[in-house]
Parts: sequence; C-alpha cells; structure tokens
Amino acid sequence: MVNEQYITDDLFQRERDTEAADIYIKHSLLRDIKKEFWNNKPALICVFLLAIVVVAALLAPLSPYEPNAINAMQRLKPMSAEHWFGTDEFGRDYFTRILYGGRVSLAVGFASMIVTVIIGTAIGILSGYIGGKLDMMLMRFTDIFLALPSTLLMVVLNTLLQPGLITLVCVLSLFSWASVARITRAETIALKERDFVVASKNLGTGNLKIALVHIVPNILGPITVAASLGVANAILTESSLSFLGLGVQVPQASWGSMLQTAQGNMMNNPLLAIFPGACILITVLSFNLIGDVLRSALEPKIVK
Amino acid sequence: MLKYSIKRFGQLVVIMLLISFFSFAVIYFAPGDASSLYISPDMTEEQKTAIIADLGLNQGMLQQYIGWAKRAIQGDFGISLANKTPVTPQLLNKLPATLLLMGSSLVLSVVLAVPLGLIAGRTKNSILDNLISGIAYVGMSLPSFAFGMLLIIVFTARLRLLPSSGMRTGGVNSTIDLIRHMIMPCLTLSMANLARYIRYIRANAIGQLSEEYVLTAKAKGTSDLKILFHHVLKNTLLPIITLLGMDIATLVCGSFIVETVFGWPGVGMTVMSAINARDYPVIMAYVMLSGLILVVGNFAADILYAVVDPRIRRGME
Repeated sequence: MVNEQYITDDLFQRERDTEAADIYIKHSLLRDIKKEFWNNKPALICVFLLAIVVVAALLAPLSPYEPNAINAMQRLKPMSAEHWFGTDEFGRDYFTRILYGGRVSLAVGFASMIVTVIIGTAIGILSGYIGGKLDMMLMRFTDIFLALPSTLLMVVLNTLLQPGLITLVCVLSLFSWASVARITRAETIALKERDFVVASKNLGTGNLKIALVHIVPNILGPITVAASLGVANAILTESSLSFLGLGVQVPQASWGSMLQTAQGNMMNNPLLAIFPGACILITVLSFNLIGDVLRSALEPKIVK
Repeated sequence: MLKYSIKRFGQLVVIMLLISFFSFAVIYFAPGDASSLYISPDMTEEQKTAIIADLGLNQGMLQQYIGWAKRAIQGDFGISLANKTPVTPQLLNKLPATLLLMGSSLVLSVVLAVPLGLIAGRTKNSILDNLISGIAYVGMSLPSFAFGMLLIIVFTARLRLLPSSGMRTGGVNSTIDLIRHMIMPCLTLSMANLARYIRYIRANAIGQLSEEYVLTAKAKGTSDLKILFHHVLKNTLLPIITLLGMDIATLVCGSFIVETVFGWPGVGMTVMSAINARDYPVIMAYVMLSGLILVVGNFAADILYAVVDPRIRRGME
C-alpha cells in the first residue's frame, strides 16, 4: 500500500517534470523562431531561395568561364546549353557574371550590415548606458543623421571618393547606423535598470564588461532583426549606386552595374535586364521577409 | 504650438547648415576649382595668382564657406564648370518637370494605397490580403530602376503602348501626350512609397478594426464599407501625414534615378550629367535644392500633423 503510494507519487512527479520540460522548450528562442518560420510558408521558401543564391555565389569559381573575358565571336548569344543565360554584348557568359555579381552584391550587403550594426550598437549602448549630457549629444547627432537625405549625399560622396568596394561599404554604413543606434539605445535604457545589471554593477563589474556580457546578449533579438533588414537595404542601395555608375566599377560585375549595361540592349535583349533584376528581387525580398519573421518571433510584444 | 514650430524651425536651419557645409567640403576637397574657368595656359604665374586671389580661392576653407553661403542665400550658386553658364537658372528651368513628376507620384501612391491597404486590413489573411501584401513586399524589394526597366520592356518593347523616354513627343503639345509619357515614370517613382503605405495602412486598419467604436458603428447598422472608408480611414490617415513628410526624401532621391531611366528632362537628369562631368557647382546647388525640399517637407508634415491631431497639440501645450 505504502509502496504503491510511493510509486504513484514518483510517477506523478516524473509526469510533472516532463510537462515542465515541455513548457520550457516551448519558450526557447530557437523554437520560437522555428515555429514562426514553419507557420509562414513564403518565408520558408525565401530561406531556401536565399540559401541557393548564397551557395551559387560562393561556388562561382567552379564556372568554366572567366567573368570578364571578352569574346567578340560570342556576342549576345541566346540561352543555350553552353551559356545558360546567354552572353552579353561583349560575349561574356552571363550566368558566370550573375554569379560573380552576386558575390559582390552579397559581400557589400553583409559587410556594410556588419559595420552598421557594430557602429550603431556601440553608439546606442554608450548613449543609453551612460546617459546624461553624452546621451543628449549623441541622440541629436543621430537625429541629424536620420534626417539627412542619405541617398543624395551618398551619390555626392561617391563622386568625390575613389570608387570601389571599400568606399561603397564605408559610405553605406555611414548613412545607416543611426536607426540601429536608436533601437539599441532604447533597449539599453530599459535593461540597465534591471536587477541583474544593478547587482552586477554593485558587485564591482566594470562598465565595459557589463555592456559586453550583460547588455549585448540581451539585445541580440532587435539587433538580428535590424541586421536582416539592413542587408536588404544595403543590397538595394548598392545596386542603385552601381546602376548610376557610382558603385562597383567596370568590368567588375554587380547586379546593379549589370542592369546599367543591360539598359543599352533593353529593346532587343530584355533577358539581360531581367536576370539581374530577378536576382536582386529574390535576395532583397528574402532578407525583408526573414527580417519580418524574426521580428514577430523575437519581439512578440510589438506584433499581433 | 508656436514654441513647437520655432523649435522645429531651428532644427531645420541646423540641418540645412550641415548639408551645406558637407557639400561645400566635398567641393573644397575635390580636384579642380572655379579658377579653371578664367585661367588659360598662356597666362603668366602672376596673372594666375591674381585671378585666384580675385576669386577668393586663396582664403581658408571657413572664409570661403562664409562667402559661398552669403551668395547662396541670395540664390547665386556660381557658374557651371561644364557649360560656363550660371547654375541657378539652369536648375530652376528644369524644376517644374521634376516637381510635376514628384507631385503626381505622391498623389498616385496615396490614392492607390488607401483603398488597397484598407481592403487588405479588412480581409486579413484572406487570398485578397495575401495578394495585396505580396505585391507590397515585391514593391519594397525591387529597386526602382529595375522596375522601370521592366515596365519599358513590357509596355514599350513588347506591347508598343507607351513611349519609353522624354516628356513630350517632338511637335506634339497635348495633355494626352504628356500623360502618356508620364504613366511609367510616375508608377516607378510611386512604387516604393506605395508599397510602404499599403503595409502601414493595412497594419493600422487591423488595429483600428478591433477598437470599440467600430463595434458601436456595426451595432448601429452602419455598412461595412462606410465603417471602413469613413470611420477607420480617418484614424489611419493621421500617421500617413508624418510618413508623407519623411518620404519626400525617397521621392527626391528616387526622382533622380527615375529621370535617368526614362530620360525625363528634369533636375535629376541635369545633375546626372553634372556628376559624370564632375561639375561641382551644379552638384552642390542640387544638393542644397533637394535638401531644402526635403527639410521643408518634413517641417510642413510635422506642423500639419500637430494641426490635424488635437491630442498632439494638447500634448505640446
């Protein structure tokens, strides 16, 4: 009798343990993100497409053609088994150029996103954590950067500077860190009053350590969302600048500069414009959608 | 209200000063200056120095900036390096075409976005909503020049319906002709804003539809259509005003690209050729001009917002 009672209690306890574990897993961050993606089929497709684009761009050197090799005999060939997307007006294999262009566009997008996030987070945390006069000054500074006509100034700056990938990344991040700073500042202000930060401070932890160990991990959610949307914006702006001839320089390919070249042959060879355009669309759309899904997974208070 | 306006005006002046200083610095550090207009190779060194001193180009950067700012306030932006004519009239002549394009795109994006956004919000998660939201996503993710080229491929190259460039056909001076030329640039320019407005209005409408005043209206027997386009619309339009002010930036920068794609004879086209020719006075005048449009637009939107929404007005007092 007593024994039986004991067993049932134990069973009951085990039952409760597994239940608790279930509840715990249901609230894990990764599981939230997974659930959001499974519930959103278009986003799932976008992750898949994006993976294809990234892998294809990484594997570009496997292509048998040189991206910049001019071949006068092969000008403006239609799609065929040798040239999957045909050739452009200099006889270059278009598929290879799309792949290499993707490398440039993705590299510029990711690089400027990383620089933007680092600058924005640093300024945001500094401003929010220290507060006071410094906060006020930094926020006025940020406001001004938010109000500037960024694309316009980018165009002007690019006419002055030596065009190239590094310039492009610098200019893109210079005009996009401000919104990241805004977000991280707000999150930091909310966090620094929390008990664990105060406790850590009272135990004598240095400010830098608190910022890196306690604050940064706790604002990673909004930062991830901003980063995903940031890549989308950077690729979009890069393509516009390259289209205007102010970004990536010929003969190097980027999707934007390929569209610029395609403009001349638009009436006879519309495919030359459609391929890079579709690549930009797929990539940017994917990053936008993924950003939105991440937002509803990581910042549940805003959406719904 | 007055205090708020003055504060916002102060910010406006600061931003204009910053923009002007920035663009002046660009010219200052750029190779080549205005003296090349007056100096010919057969002049002696002394003559050259005299001309440079006469133009004030031997002064420090700050002095030069103050001199430039004084002239700029009076509307004198110097002389174009490329075609040796004053910059200001050159740009002002092109301004109406650009403003026409920008204005009609603004109207088009709002007129299309309001019904689409409201309907998408009302039929949340239905096929219709998914379609509208999908279009909005695509509009957000496609660069305007690519969309413009797509339009040209479809409507000019394939269907031969619309002209692909310019503002008027030579010799024809009718409104119909102008409209035919305007359709594609206008659509292209409004697309990005349209997509954002649709998303914004949809989200707003979903929020508003769960408010209790909607339930009251329904209980009174108000029709769905009237609830949507009368009660909900008023409440969703408010934030759009701020959005409009902010989006003037997109329009200014967008018009620059759209004009290049469609060969629209506006300010953007002039500046594009100026950029290629490194014609700094023109570039700078353009930056100042569009900066002004932008900042004034923002200012107007903020003030208008406060005027329209009594809650904000009360909050300021």
